[in-house]
Amino acid sequence: MPEAGIAEEWSQPELPGRLPGEDTRPWEPLCTELLVSVSTPHCDGFPDMDSVESYKLSTSEDLSLLSSESVWGALRGLETFSQLIWRDEDGTLYLNKTDIVDFPRFAHRGLLLDTSRHYLPLRAILETLDVMAYNKFNVFHWHIVDDPSFPYESAAFPELSRKGAYNPATHVYTLNDVKLVIEYARLRGIRVISEFDTPGHTLSWGPGAPGLLTPCYAGSIPSGAYGPVNPILNTTYQFMTELFREVSTVFPDFYLHLGGDEVDFTCWRSNPEIQAFMQRMGFGQDYTKLESFYIQRLLNIISSYGKGYVVWQEVFDNGVKVKPDTIIHVWRENSGPYQQEVARVTKAGYRALLSAPWYLNRISYGQDWQVAYQVEPLEFEGSLEQKALVIGGEACMWGEFVDVTNLTPRLWPRAGAIAERLWSNETVRDLQDAYIRLADFRCTLLRRGIPAQPLFTGYCDAEYSGF
Amino acid sequence: MQGQRRAMEPARLFLGLLCASAALAASSLHQRPPQPESLLEEQEPELGESPFGSLWPLPRSLRILPGQLRLAPARFQLVHGPNSTAGPGCALLQDAFRRYYEYIFGYSKWQNQGQRTLPAGTELLQLQVIIGSKDSECDNYPNIMSNEAYQLSVTEPVAVLRAEKVWGALRGLETFSQLVYEDDYGSFLINESEITDYPRFAHRGILLDTSRHFLPLKSILTNLDAMAFNKFNVLHWHIVDDHSFPYQSATFPALSGKGSYSYDHIYTPTDVRLVIDYARLRGIRVIPEFDSPGHTQSWGKGQKDLLTPCFNGEHRSGSYGPVNPILNTTYHFMTDLFKEISGVFPDAYIHLGGDEVDFTCWKSNPDVTEFMKQQGFGIDYAKLESYYIQKILDIVSSANKGYIVWQEVFDKGVKIKPDTIVEVWIGSLYTAELSRVTGAGFTTILAAPWYLDYISYGQDWKKYYSVEPLNFPGCEKQKKLVIGGEACLWGEFVDATNLTPRLWPRASAVGERLWSSENVTNIQDAYNRLVKHRCRMLRRGIAAEPLYVGYCDHEYRGQ
Repeated sequence: MPEAGIAEEWSQPELPGRLPGEDTRPWEPLCTELLVSVSTPHCDGFPDMDSVESYKLSTSEDLSLLSSESVWGALRGLETFSQLIWRDEDGTLYLNKTDIVDFPRFAHRGLLLDTSRHYLPLRAILETLDVMAYNKFNVFHWHIVDDPSFPYESAAFPELSRKGAYNPATHVYTLNDVKLVIEYARLRGIRVISEFDTPGHTLSWGPGAPGLLTPCYAGSIPSGAYGPVNPILNTTYQFMTELFREVSTVFPDFYLHLGGDEVDFTCWRSNPEIQAFMQRMGFGQDYTKLESFYIQRLLNIISSYGKGYVVWQEVFDNGVKVKPDTIIHVWRENSGPYQQEVARVTKAGYRALLSAPWYLNRISYGQDWQVAYQVEPLEFEGSLEQKALVIGGEACMWGEFVDVTNLTPRLWPRAGAIAERLWSNETVRDLQDAYIRLADFRCTLLRRGIPAQPLFTGYCDAEYSGF
Repeated sequence: MQGQRRAMEPARLFLGLLCASAALAASSLHQRPPQPESLLEEQEPELGESPFGSLWPLPRSLRILPGQLRLAPARFQLVHGPNSTAGPGCALLQDAFRRYYEYIFGYSKWQNQGQRTLPAGTELLQLQVIIGSKDSECDNYPNIMSNEAYQLSVTEPVAVLRAEKVWGALRGLETFSQLVYEDDYGSFLINESEITDYPRFAHRGILLDTSRHFLPLKSILTNLDAMAFNKFNVLHWHIVDDHSFPYQSATFPALSGKGSYSYDHIYTPTDVRLVIDYARLRGIRVIPEFDSPGHTQSWGKGQKDLLTPCFNGEHRSGSYGPVNPILNTTYHFMTDLFKEISGVFPDAYIHLGGDEVDFTCWKSNPDVTEFMKQQGFGIDYAKLESYYIQKILDIVSSANKGYIVWQEVFDKGVKIKPDTIVEVWIGSLYTAELSRVTGAGFTTILAAPWYLDYISYGQDWKKYYSVEPLNFPGCEKQKKLVIGGEACLWGEFVDATNLTPRLWPRASAVGERLWSSENVTNIQDAYNRLVKHRCRMLRRGIAAEPLYVGYCDHEYRGQ
C-alpha cells in the first residue's frame, strides 16, 4: 500500500528462487541485485513541497532497475520493491517480473500527531515515521504544543517547557530530540511541519511566559483565569518574534503551521483593556477583527523569516488577510459539508489541505477505514484551476484519548486507507481489492514489528510478538 | 465531553460508607504540586484527589487515618503471621508475596538509598498475612463459592491481613499494594488504615475470544495480571468458534490440526495448563466455552460428519450448518470431547454456548426433516435444538460439571436443568431478560451492557460504570440469583496488537461495579481514582489506555 501507479504489467511468475529440499536448482537465483539510478542526486537536502517522488521500477531475470529523478523517488521505489517480494510456505522469497511507473497524486500527504494532550515518547514518534514511509506519507505535522502541555524545550524561552510541560524533566522534547526527529524523517523523505498554534490553544504557554495570555475578568476584577494570547501588547509580538525566530531555524521546512483555530472570544470580551483597545482601533464589537489584527502581525513576523505558513480554516473563514501562497487547512465537519469549504478556499485562490474527513482519533465499531478510503478530495464544485489548488490531505490523530499505549494500533492500518487515497489514482477505489491488499499489508507491518490492529477476523503468519 | 465541571465535595458523597474519617484524611494523601489554574481551565473532567487515593475497586468499608508510616524497601517484609494455617509451604502465597513486593517497590531506584533509620514509631516493618480457616485452600482451585473476604489493618509497626482462605489474602495483598504510595522524595508511605472487604458479586469475569483472532499466550497471561489488579476472578475463555479451533485436543487432534488458522495458532495442552495455573495463583477461575451447536464451522474441518450438510433443493450445497443433532455419532463425539475437557479444565463449570443457532441449514436437510417427523417435533426447530442441548447437558452432567449457557437456550424454551446458569448478553431490554430468567428461578450472569468490543469516541467507561446489575423488576429472591457479570471483548477487531489498551482501563469500570458496594457510584471520584489506577497498571507493565488528557509519572515503556 498504496497501490503503485500506471503501466503495471504482471507477467506469469518466474520463480528465480530455490525449490525446497532440492539441491539442484531449476533456476539460478538471477535476481541478485537491484540497481538504483538517480538522475539528479541531491542527497543531503531536505524534502520539500516540490520534491519529485516519481520512480520507475522494472524487475526481470537479468536486471532489476529502479530509476528516479531524485532520491525521494528512489525511497518510494524501494518501498514498492520491498512490497513486491513475497514468500512461499517454505520461506523462499520470490519476485515477479514487474514494470512499474509511479508518482503521487497529491504532493502533501500528511499525518498529524498531538504531543500536548498526551506526551509521546521519542520512540513512538520514530516508529510512526517508519510506518509513514511504508505508506508513502511525506509530511509529519507535529502538533507539538497546545493547552494541556508545552513539551517543546525552547532555547530562547526555557521557562515555557519548564513550567508548561507535564514534567519538565521527562515529558519534554529537547533540541536534540527535535533534530533527531527531523533527520529521521528526512532519511525517509518526510517533511516535518511544526505547529505552534496561537492565539487560542495556548494555556500551557502562560505559566512560562508571564503577561502573554489575556487575563480574564469577572466583572471588574481579574478572575485568575487566562484566555488566548493577549493581542494588544507589544511585548506579545516581541515574544512571538523571538520564539518564531528560533522555531524557523530549528525546523528547516519552508512551512510552519500557525494554527489559528477555535479562538474563544469570551475572555477577550471580559477584559476592559481589550475593550478599550477595540474602541481605539475602531473594531466595534467584532472580535474577529481583533483576531485578524493578531494573526496579521504574526504572519508578518513569519514572512520576515522567509517562511510560508499553513493555517486552520478559521483564519480564512474570519477574513484575515493572508498571503496568496498561504495553505488553508480544512478540518471542520459540522459547519456545513467540508466540500463547500474546499470550494470556497480554492475559489479565493488559496491552496487547500484536507483533514475534515480524516480525524482518526474519532473511533467507532467496525471497519471505519472504508469510510476514510472512500473520500474523494476533489469531489467539490469548482473549476479545474480550483482542483489543482488542493495540494493534499492529512490524517489527524488528536491526543485526547491517545498515548503511547494505544497510538500505533489506533493509527495503523487505518491511516493506510488515507495514504492510498492521497497517492494512488483517483480510479483506485475498489473496496474489496483494497481490503485484500490492506489486510496483507497489515501482516507486513506486523512482520516489521509494528502492532497494527486487524481489519477483521483472520490471522497473519507472523503475529505481533513485540510486547 | 460530558464530564462534570467541578469536583464535588468528596466528603459529602460518601456518607453512606463507613468512611467519615477517611474523608478527613483526604488532604494528606498523595499530595502533588497544584497545577497552574490556567492549565485546568478548560479541561474536562477535572482531575482531583479522591479521599481514597488510588484504590480500585473501592473496598466495602474502610477508614484511612491521617497517620503516615514509612516502608523501607530493604527492611519491609511480607510474611506469614502467627497462627496462620498457611505457612512457607503455601507456594501460592509465597509467589504472591514476591509479586507484591515487586509491585510495591520494584520500579524505583530505592536501591541507591542508604539504610537510613527512621524515627521510632513511624515505620511499617511487616505485613503479616494470617489465614484463619483450618483449610487455607492453598493448593485448591478457586471456585464459585470461594471466600474472597479479608480484613486489613495497617498500624505501626506491623500491618495485619486476615482472611479465612488464600483467596481473600490475594485480594487483600492487592489492596495493600494500592495503599502504598511514593512521596516527592521517593519515600514509600502508607496511611494507617482499617479495611474490611468482600465482593458484592461472586462471578466477576472477562471474556476473551481466541477464535476470531488467535491470542498468543503472553497476551492471555498479561491479561490475567491485569484482572488480578482489578479483582476479577473468572477468565471466560471463548476458545473456539466458527473462525478457528486453536484448542489442541488429545482425543481429536484433527480438530486443531485442520481447524486452526495455522500450526502456530494453537493452544497445546501445556499452554492450557499454564493458563489455568497462572490464573489459579491469582485467584482466577478459567471457564472454557465450547459453543455448540452453532458457531462450530471450524470444528467441521477436523471432524467428518459432525456438522449438518446443507441442501440446495435435492442436492447438497457443499456448505455446512450447525452440529448435526440427529446422528448418534455426534453424541459419541461430544461425550469423548467433553470428557477430555472436563479433565483438562478443573473448574466446576463449562460454558456450553448455545447462542445464535441458525435453523436454515437444518430446514434444508431432508434427513433432519425426516427426523423431526419421527420425533413429532412438527416444524418447531427449537424443539430440535432443545433435543440437542438436553443431550449435551446430560453428557456434561455425567462428567460432573455444571454449565453456563447463553440466554437463547432459555429464551427458546429449551428444557434445562434447574442448576443451569444463564448468561444474559443481548443488549436491548436486558433488564426484562434478567427479570424473566430469575423469575424462572435460574441463576444468571450479566454481560449485555459490557460488550467492550463495541468502541466509541470518548469516555465510554462511564457508561459501563453506571450500570446497576440489580436494577430490574424482581423480588429480593430474584436479585440473589444474579451472581455477577462479565466484560466481553469479542475478537472481530481485536488481537494481540490492541487487546490490552482496548480492554484496560475500560474493564476496570466493570470490575468496580461487580466488587464494590452498590452505592459507590460517584463518577468524579471514580475518575480521580481510576486515573491513578491506570498509571499504576502502566508501572506494572499493562498498556492501559488513557481516560483523557493528562500524563503519568511513569509512562508505558513496554515490557
